[in-house]
Amino acid sequence: MGRLKTVWHRLGSPRWFFEISGPWAIGATAIGLTGIVVGLAWGLAIAPPDYLQGNSFRIMYLHVPAAILSESCYILMGLAGAVLLIWRMKLADMVVAAAAPIGAVFCVVALLTGAIWGRPTWGTWWVWDARTTSMLVLLFLYFGVMALRQAVPREETAGRAAAILAVVGMVDIPIIKYSVDWWLTLHQTSTFKLTSAPSMPAEMYLPLLVSVLGFYAFFFGVLLFGVGNEVLVRERRTQWVNDLVRSRQP
Amino acid sequence: MTAAALDRAPSIGRAFTAQLQRDLTIAFRSRSELINPLMFYVMGISMFPLGVGPGAERLSEIAPGVLWVLALLSTLLSLDALFRRDFDDGTLEQLVLNVDPLFVGVLAKVLAHWLVIGLPLTLLSPLAALMLFLPGAAVPTLVLTLLLGTPILSLLGAVGAALTVGLKRGGLLLTLIILPLYVPVLILGAGAVTAVIDGVDPSAQLAWLAVILALMLTLTPFAAALALRVGLE
Amino acid sequence: MLFKDLDLEIRPGDLIELTGPNGSGKTTLLRCLAGLTGDFDGEVRRGGRFSYVGHRGGLNLQLTPLQNLRWSAAIEGSDASDGSLSSLLEKVGLAGYELTPCQQLSAGQQRRAALARLCFGNAPLWLLDEPLTALDDAGCGLVRELLERHRAAGGAALCATHQPLGLERTMQHALGRAA
Repeated sequence: MGRLKTVWHRLGSPRWFFEISGPWAIGATAIGLTGIVVGLAWGLAIAPPDYLQGNSFRIMYLHVPAAILSESCYILMGLAGAVLLIWRMKLADMVVAAAAPIGAVFCVVALLTGAIWGRPTWGTWWVWDARTTSMLVLLFLYFGVMALRQAVPREETAGRAAAILAVVGMVDIPIIKYSVDWWLTLHQTSTFKLTSAPSMPAEMYLPLLVSVLGFYAFFFGVLLFGVGNEVLVRERRTQWVNDLVRSRQP
Repeated sequence: MTAAALDRAPSIGRAFTAQLQRDLTIAFRSRSELINPLMFYVMGISMFPLGVGPGAERLSEIAPGVLWVLALLSTLLSLDALFRRDFDDGTLEQLVLNVDPLFVGVLAKVLAHWLVIGLPLTLLSPLAALMLFLPGAAVPTLVLTLLLGTPILSLLGAVGAALTVGLKRGGLLLTLIILPLYVPVLILGAGAVTAVIDGVDPSAQLAWLAVILALMLTLTPFAAALALRVGLE
Repeated sequence: MLFKDLDLEIRPGDLIELTGPNGSGKTTLLRCLAGLTGDFDGEVRRGGRFSYVGHRGGLNLQLTPLQNLRWSAAIEGSDASDGSLSSLLEKVGLAGYELTPCQQLSAGQQRRAALARLCFGNAPLWLLDEPLTALDDAGCGLVRELLERHRAAGGAALCATHQPLGLERTMQHALGRAA
């Protein structure tokens, strides 16, 4: 407990974070990439074809992790926003700033792979099912946070404004998901279920798990790199950053 | 020198009423500002027969969604003005400096906004429903969903308006950040009306709308108050 | 960065003129002191209530001076009746204009209306941003009179101004100059 408290206090200094995050970022990204490559190779090439959907379901190994991660990323962003507002921890602001574009990209990947999945399965590029619709709304939410952050001229104020929006969005997400699910059952013409998760046999489930874990690690690594970047940008007027830049110049 | 005041903390009720009264007075001073959102609502509704064709069957099918989406857009367009005028003339600063707790003043402003925009919209909706051939049996539900939903739109919108108050072209950004948050209200509101048309009981949707309204009533004034302070920095 | 190493203490009876060229940070400092912006490193300690009249005055132009004053009174906790508010407006030279929408008043009259709420008398500290803006000689005289009376009653004021107030025993604090 005491150890955690020390870390918490240390996190108050973006500089400390920057100094220790480097190796973690590299490690996490490496592990992540390995996991993704293994999971994807396994799922795309080795696992048996689905008895209903044939080979097109394989895109699931990319689609499902991307979707899961885009949601986790938003929750992380919302929590970081809350930390910023409550404890005024500068680093939290940088996490929000770094996480938003990453989460948005995951959203886009999920939407694109969803479209690629949908085409052979239902013959259309776009389908308003529960997942794609919530994913689209999530993308809009991400976009809002990024747009707001960009629009406010003062950095610190921009961070706080974006944090408020992120927290409001985070609270709204369960409501949105519930209502979209319900909306679908109201208007359903046929049941769209992209993943029949409970009935997946182990040969299909395991590569998916590896892929998801790999994505999480990769996300963590990329996030650390991104936050480190934000730290440098935001702290660009401090002595230590200037020294660092100078020492790295050829 | 008249000792016009004593050094006492203002009562919350008094601050609320004074703010509400002031905002309503200002709103009623400008007739065009009152009518404009309503005109937009009716005009927007009229675009659909023009775009989609005057056939009653198709129009009545899309009516619940269109009526709700237009209510949403009309509210959105009027939200920017919620705090902006006060920001421009310096009264927003006075509000933030003096009203404590700030959420009371914010709530008063949101109530004024709803009374001037949301409520008239709700009352106008039967007329709009007529233009889109919404089945008569569904009209009371439409009005009820708008009655529950427009306050939610005003409350959520206030947070967005507060966040964008000092920004140039804040109006467009406001719509971008608020629209995704409006999705549940739209789905539930339009869904309830569709349910009635299909002969299904809409009480679940209405109950959920009421729950969301209660939730927003308790949470958004604080969020908007915080956002106002941030916006003034 | 606008200023640093600023150490300011305001005591009852102090009248401080905050001077400096445009852009030197006078408005920003006032807003920091009022608590409107937290964008600074340091500490602000306030011992009581204060009245802030900013650049833009805090007056809604579609309402009348009386309506504006009524609102200010209500949110600041003043119990004043319409009658006493009217006499306040009279005091700032707006007799007969209490019920005229502010947008029909001249800039000088609007400023007088904005300053009227200083007369509530319940704030020991006044933070004024360019109080003499748009005022004619009589208006400037009014501001001086208000400040003198406020000081005599034990109040204090910090005024950002680029023209001298013309009062005795004021302290000057200049921003935006070297050293």
